[in-house]
Amino acid sequence: MKLYEIAHSRAGDKGNTLMLSLIPYNEANYTILRTTVTAQKVKDHLKEIVQGEVIRYELPNISSLLFVCYNTLSGGVTTSLALDTHGKSLSYALLEMEIELMEL
Amino acid sequence: MKQKIRIGCGAGFSGDRIEPAVVLAEQGKLDYLVLECLAERTIGLAQKRKMLDATKGYDPLLEKRITTLLPHLVKNNTRLITNMGAANPIEAAKKIIAIATLQNVQIKVAAITGDDVLSFIEANKSSITDLENNKPLSEYNIISANAYLGAAPIVDALAAGAQIIITGRVADPSLFLAPLIHEFGWATDDYNLMGKGTVTGHLLECAGQITGGYFADGVKKIVDNLDKLGHPFADVFADGTAVVGKVEGTGGVINLQTAKEQLLYEVMNPYEYITPDVIADFTTVYLEEIGKDMVQVSGGSGAAKPAGYKASIGYKAFYLGEGEISYAGAAAYERAQLAAAIIEKRLKPFFSDIRIDFIGVQSMHKTTFSNTSKPYEVRLRVAAKAQTAEAAALVGGEVEALYTNGPAGGGGARKYVNEVIGIVSTLIDRNLIVPQVKIFES
Repeated sequence: MKLYEIAHSRAGDKGNTLMLSLIPYNEANYTILRTTVTAQKVKDHLKEIVQGEVIRYELPNISSLLFVCYNTLSGGVTTSLALDTHGKSLSYALLEMEIELMEL
Repeated sequence: MKQKIRIGCGAGFSGDRIEPAVVLAEQGKLDYLVLECLAERTIGLAQKRKMLDATKGYDPLLEKRITTLLPHLVKNNTRLITNMGAANPIEAAKKIIAIATLQNVQIKVAAITGDDVLSFIEANKSSITDLENNKPLSEYNIISANAYLGAAPIVDALAAGAQIIITGRVADPSLFLAPLIHEFGWATDDYNLMGKGTVTGHLLECAGQITGGYFADGVKKIVDNLDKLGHPFADVFADGTAVVGKVEGTGGVINLQTAKEQLLYEVMNPYEYITPDVIADFTTVYLEEIGKDMVQVSGGSGAAKPAGYKASIGYKAFYLGEGEISYAGAAAYERAQLAAAIIEKRLKPFFSDIRIDFIGVQSMHKTTFSNTSKPYEVRLRVAAKAQTAEAAALVGGEVEALYTNGPAGGGGARKYVNEVIGIVSTLIDRNLIVPQVKIFES
């Protein structure tokens, strides 16, 4: 199934860096997300979009993950030719990730 | 000393809606209203307006916002803090005084300056490099340079009795931290308190983004009455704990989900969220729903502020030419692809950087993650960079010409030319920045 089924996300940007939060609807699923959605898996999933490193931060107090993706937005919000210069829609690209039901 | 301060946020960007701010000012029982209206690029555009007219360069909606809000602010004894001064806080303050005079209201307005470091950057641009590309700033056609100021000059302005404080570039959370320092007498080297106040400021600074805006999806995240989305306020206590809420009867929702999304929004490192006041640690924050549309924020901490100020530098990047045209019905995508092939050949001799998108098929994510449904309609979008507005206009011109010189059934062509301001940043020594407070009275 898709991450969309169990989690929500918001995209943010600073220059050429993209930040994606990943937040389970049910906090009990935080551990599963932490085990399943690694930085490498996000980098592979977003290979067309993210050129640089992906760093994952864990925030157990609020049962959330944060992915900081470097070298992402083809020159950043200010000088990109893309339609979505900020990458604001990319939260839904992350939520397209398929995860195995068995992992739940 | 007050035990609790209520701060509302009535705008999260320069084009934000005015109505939610009016609701806050009228019914929110606010001690402070903050309007955050200055994105990175907004100040570059404002600087351009100031160059054309020395009395301009502040937020284009300032007059409308102040005219509407001032009667409520005066009646409810609410002080206003806003970065609507943009590239020209002094002229913005004068404008506010003029509006107050028209409304027969006596107020004290403080303009905060010192963020504009354009002359320093211009004088030293060969020896200063940007953080993004590590290039000397002399390689950019610079139009603006502004350091991010912290809370300190706003605290001074509040101490001087100003009811309205108008700033240029200030770190967004500092707009909210300043009244907390002022009211609670927080020591500015108590970095845990600075961190807590910064967390609350960060949660509020995008206004509707914590009340259900940029959140609702109509399927799994249902939010009621988005059409009358309320903007947030926070009740902040002297120990730094806060409760985020909104005016009863407004649309939207505040819950754990909206608060979590906003806490992590645009955060590059949750252990080190850097402002001129503090390096805040967001990983120590706890959130709890304590009632309908009420989220309590506790924890939060911080470490000593950085040695340098960040400055963002606006430069003239290029002219963006764009054109769009739609195809619908049988073979819509094939006709759009044919149009794309034609336009690419026609534009290639004139542009080195051309982008073609098929809106409705694949324009947003460079991939469709193996979703392959056949669209009924497709909108072709063509974009290219040019050195002049005249050259950029060729893009939209060629797209429009597809009506009679391209595939069958093209409709709804539109063309645009925009000057693009680029932004890079650098660090400036703290000692070189001297914020100033100037008071105006009506």
